Amino acid sequence: MNFKGRDIISIKDFSKAEINHILECSKKMVPYAKGEKYTNILKGRVLSSLFFEPSTRTRLSFESAMNRLGGRVIGFSDPSGTSQKKGESLADTIRMADSYSDVIVVRHPQEGAARLAAEFADVPVLNAGDGAGRHPTQCLLDLFTILTEKKKIEKNKIVLLGDLKYGRTVHSLAYALSLYGVELTFVSPGSLKMPKEVINECKELGVEPRSTSSLEKAISDADVLYVTRIQKERFPDAEEYNRVVGIYKVDNDLLKHARKDIIVMHPLPRVTEIKPEVDKTPHALYFKQAFNGVPVRMALLSLISGGRL
Amino acid sequence: MKELKIQTIKNGTVIDHITAGNAVKVLHILGIPKTSSSTVSVAMNVKSKLGKKDIVKVENRELDPQEVDKIALIAPKATINIIRDFEVAEKHRVKLPKEIVGIVRCSNPTCVSNFNEPVESRFIVIREDPPRIKCYFCEREPEDIAERII
Ligand SMILES: Nc1ncnc2c1ncn2[C@@H]1O[C@H](COP(=O)(O)OP(=O)(O)O)[C@@H](O)[C@H]1O
Ligand SMILES: [Zn+2]
Repeated sequence: MNFKGRDIISIKDFSKAEINHILECSKKMVPYAKGEKYTNILKGRVLSSLFFEPSTRTRLSFESAMNRLGGRVIGFSDPSGTSQKKGESLADTIRMADSYSDVIVVRHPQEGAARLAAEFADVPVLNAGDGAGRHPTQCLLDLFTILTEKKKIEKNKIVLLGDLKYGRTVHSLAYALSLYGVELTFVSPGSLKMPKEVINECKELGVEPRSTSSLEKAISDADVLYVTRIQKERFPDAEEYNRVVGIYKVDNDLLKHARKDIIVMHPLPRVTEIKPEVDKTPHALYFKQAFNGVPVRMALLSLISGGRL
Repeated sequence: MKELKIQTIKNGTVIDHITAGNAVKVLHILGIPKTSSSTVSVAMNVKSKLGKKDIVKVENRELDPQEVDKIALIAPKATINIIRDFEVAEKHRVKLPKEIVGIVRCSNPTCVSNFNEPVESRFIVIREDPPRIKCYFCEREPEDIAERII
């Protein structure tokens, strides 16, 4: 399996076998990601970290990953200090980064931006989120989290909760989980239901997702509860938003209805959808999930750069 | 052969079985008459066995079937007939190419291809008839392709 020089734009560009390979490599990266072991496999390599949109976890974990591999990072986390403000095209910015570095990570507010970046760069491009579009490294770290906690991805009963309509992570996650033949249940407010196209994709992969509005019932025998944030900007008025966010709250009371070993995941940032009291319980996996971004991104960076442990 | 009374040509190309109402868009996609000085005649809402259709006739010019294939986007049943000495010398049913470049604008307002970037719009064909395409960049499928012709 050869990843050298490949772009990472959409999870759909990868076969299940390739995803498995990435997850295996991620596992090997964990002690290095934790700083328990050291490696220099990307010594002398430079990563361009181009964040045209704010991000905390994705940017920091990419930059940590490159540093942990012995490489270096250049870039920006806010385009206001760049020529983009003067009207420079993304294509031109990418051409520059291409000549200054060995790999490019890009987050951009426009859908398809990473695909476009890959057209203009000879070095590999990693999509760190393009608008409401794709975010493949998030998807991979979610899979990795389920795999490490549950020892396998197959056959798990997984509930996706929250904004299933606009949430950029849940669409690719539903697709990727379907590759593994899990049991999917979607729980969302009526106005934020999973789009038909995504449900059809799951079906094409042999998974029949269930949809329900009852969270209590849905989690009663679930292995994984994946919670997403409901974005305020999606709602025309505050009242409607408050009504919708109020419907589903994950707290210790709710989790009494769940299995003892249920894990609660969230791509973060969270607002009010998971109460802080859950953080202290063994169910709370979201911080570990955020950490998993580092080994997964280390695996990707080393695979596409041809570096081996 | 009622249709022939519209106009008979000696040499040239007849695009037949165009989805009724789409002849002008077909010409637009082909860049006709801008790119050619040939006489072009258009017949719209012509009655045929399979309902109404449009027909385009281009005199003294043999269109390259490959070049014309992209009209399958809005006229999936069209045929390209090369006329030589009043006879149909070649007949070709249009077939959508795998990719459609620079013809359709993405319906997603926040798609990168709708901004000031040095790229042409680009779509991957996912079904031929009726045509379904998705944006190479953002993966959005336009609902009404004819509406989105640039
Ligand atoms: N010499 C000609 N001049 C103009 N149009 C022609 C000529 N010969 C054929 N056509 C037109 O080209 C199309 C294809 O012709 P033909 O192969 O006979 O029909 P069909 O595809 O319906 O079997 C028809 O619309 C016909 O009217
Ligand atoms: Zn698009």
